[in-house]
Amino acid sequence: MKKIDKERLLLGIAAPLLAVVAAFLITALVLAATGKEPFSAFGIMFDYGVKSDSQVYIINKATTYYLAGLAVAIGFRMNLFNIGVDGQYRLAAFFAAAVGGALTLPGIVQIPLIIITAMIVGAMWAGIAGVLKTTRGVSEVVSTIMLNFIATAIIGYLLQPGRLGHLDAAGTEVATTPLPESSHFFEFPTTPTPIIGFVVIAAIAGVAYWFTLARTRFGFDLRTVGRSDTAAAASGVNVKKMVVTSMLLSGAMAGLIGMPTLLNESYAYGSGFPLGIGFTGIAIALLGRNHPVGIALSAILWAFLERGAQQLEFEGYDREIVGVMQGVIVLCVVIAYEVVRRFGLKRQQRRVGEKLAAQARTNDKTEVSA
Amino acid sequence: MANHDIDITVRRGTVHALVGENGAGKSTLMKILYGMQKPDEGTIAVDGEQVTFNNPGDAIARGVGMVHQHFMLADNLTVLENVVLGSEKLYGIGDKARAKIKEISEAYGLGIRTDVLVEDLGVADRQRVEILKVLYRGARTLILDEPTAVLVPQEVDALFDNLRELKAEGLTVIFISHKLGEVLSVADDITVIRRGTTVGTADPAHTTTKQLAELMVGSELPSPETRESTVTDVPMLTVEDLSLSAVDPDGVVRAVLDGVSFTIHKGEVLGIAGVEGNGQSELVDTIMGMRHPDRGVLTLDGTDISTAPTRKRREDGIGCIPEDRHRHGLLLEAPLWENRILGHVTEKPNSKGAILDLKAARRDTERIVREYDVRTPGIDVTAASLSGGNQQKLIVGREMSHAPKLLIAAHPTRGVDVGAQAQIWDQIRDARREGLAVLLISADLDELIGLSDTLRVMYRGRLVADADPATITPEELGSAMTGAATGHLEHESPEGDSRPEATDGPEDEAR
Repeated sequence: MKKIDKERLLLGIAAPLLAVVAAFLITALVLAATGKEPFSAFGIMFDYGVKSDSQVYIINKATTYYLAGLAVAIGFRMNLFNIGVDGQYRLAAFFAAAVGGALTLPGIVQIPLIIITAMIVGAMWAGIAGVLKTTRGVSEVVSTIMLNFIATAIIGYLLQPGRLGHLDAAGTEVATTPLPESSHFFEFPTTPTPIIGFVVIAAIAGVAYWFTLARTRFGFDLRTVGRSDTAAAASGVNVKKMVVTSMLLSGAMAGLIGMPTLLNESYAYGSGFPLGIGFTGIAIALLGRNHPVGIALSAILWAFLERGAQQLEFEGYDREIVGVMQGVIVLCVVIAYEVVRRFGLKRQQRRVGEKLAAQARTNDKTEVSA
Repeated sequence: MANHDIDITVRRGTVHALVGENGAGKSTLMKILYGMQKPDEGTIAVDGEQVTFNNPGDAIARGVGMVHQHFMLADNLTVLENVVLGSEKLYGIGDKARAKIKEISEAYGLGIRTDVLVEDLGVADRQRVEILKVLYRGARTLILDEPTAVLVPQEVDALFDNLRELKAEGLTVIFISHKLGEVLSVADDITVIRRGTTVGTADPAHTTTKQLAELMVGSELPSPETRESTVTDVPMLTVEDLSLSAVDPDGVVRAVLDGVSFTIHKGEVLGIAGVEGNGQSELVDTIMGMRHPDRGVLTLDGTDISTAPTRKRREDGIGCIPEDRHRHGLLLEAPLWENRILGHVTEKPNSKGAILDLKAARRDTERIVREYDVRTPGIDVTAASLSGGNQQKLIVGREMSHAPKLLIAAHPTRGVDVGAQAQIWDQIRDARREGLAVLLISADLDELIGLSDTLRVMYRGRLVADADPATITPEELGSAMTGAATGHLEHESPEGDSRPEATDGPEDEAR
């Protein structure tokens, strides 16, 4: 039995590893095709990526990516494809920034208030898709994409001078009222740049994700629906309620994505607020196999690749090559998981068969001798 | 290794039956004979000539054709279209093909109408279309994989008449089954397969079902048990005027359950007979709370559960062995211990409050594996890697572990080997003795008659007939299942019955 377990672990690691290696190879081919030497590019990325200021950058960036990966993974565990994480986190961060800018309470009250506002807004926005799916049968893929556009439009409308936005002194950027000093989240004073404190919250979120899914009744029900909604319904799970609940949870987690930026970096929601992290989250959740540790590793990989991309530009490479690499990784991951999954299932079936046949044979022999 | 050292010789112009438990390797053997799978070693010879089949096309070219257990027909095409599909080159797709089909149909007495849509045909007719499809492609040897599994007794007899016609015309039929009574009545030769190898042959003229079953299982069968009634007069489940309508694929609203009423008492097994698709699945779904009836009252042990959600009903003591264990009873890609939690996540030993108790659940899974003889190397393998019989034993063990008041058993021994079948029957009987009420739904009429205390027949969503399992025969039940007889079925002629399994209950009948 131990053997099969070890094997499952091995197979589990094999797929993402295979995907990353394949992606590097394909990227190398692409680089070679454009007439550039591929391996020195990888060398540049690696050398630059392990520098200490790069490490801080990667950790900070990965914090955001990790939360995005978790938000998407909650949906994936349910077989729900929450493409709307992107709209959810932006809308959540925007309203949280607006609330935070309007108040001046002690940090101990205001920071949780901002975070909770973000989670509620994210949950509500995702909840719309959940309710549409259960009441009207609208695919969450379609509705969440649409909600992304609507979120963009809402933010665009409200983020204007005279509404919730203010033109900055230089007259170049519109942003919400900056958070008061008391609402800045703590930092770890590392050199040359500090590590953001929100990494702690991200870690707590990861543990909560793991505990809820693996150790609670609710998590079991959620995973059951993800594996087979027919079996879940027969076992007594209210599938519709579960769809709405998990969309709410996914949205609440999405609400956290903008918080490291808002509370540790920008302290306001402006036109420069990062976009598209929800989509990055999809790739990260896929690569991390929806596992809390896997998502962490793939978030770090993603941040590392992006850090490397900055340096590539200085060295005369196109930074888009990293985008190619990331895209190829996602494609390879999807293929590799399916291949490894089928292989593993077949292999296990065969091994169980062999083991039982062997047992049966020894039984026969003892019967004969007895 | 699924098969090893298989030796079979099939004589031309005979019906050769291949019997064995589920999982014995019959299907694998058939796949090899039909070119769907390649053997590691060994040879196949047709008419004395050694052949290699790389794909089903090669097999057909050699005159070997297969009728699958699950029909491979397109519902929205006509019979003609289905038959020519993929073989358009043979006789075209027009009148020439139609004439050829008619010719074959008449030659073997298949009675095929070429221009009806397949969706309008019954199961038996569809099967004849499948047979015709194979003959149309020039097959001289037909492989039939469990052809009787979907038929009622009358249809089985008609099929056997067809097979005899084929035989008379010099065709060869390989007939796979585990229904031994049928095998004995139709086969000329019998080969028994056990654990992937041929263990013997039998002459149907001098063999009883019991001998054949013992050859199949490799040991003596459990001896029949005398029936003692354990029925009490305390109602456990009362169903009153249950009605449910559903929209069928054509958009027509149809009553799938129509005024169904019955009572199951403590210690009683109520059997429901019926051709599949007459509302049995919907009845189970409604009692489990997965579908909501238009009207009707459900009372479990004196409590009205008509509006209770599924989980509450399960907690209140309804256990369910579902009809389709892969869709409703298991998480195939989850390990066994998670499957043990499925459906009982709120109950002990699986959880304490809102937190799962993994240790206790795993321990209890090990107990189930031990007590219910689930053959597995451990509880961490996925449910998908177990054989059908062992999956079913796990489900039975799980449902029985929560002391149910009512057990719904839908086809509890379908696709289960003989040994497991006997065990499952024993467990149902034991539980019944302790006051369990059982709703038994089965397509296996012998199982129904053998286990039930009361029998009802379901036809088009209504309970149309009832019968006393002590005297009724499968034929009599069969005619009520097709809607030909209603009301209280009386056993008519105790002597005029020649079917061997008619007198055997599941206690000593192996299928």
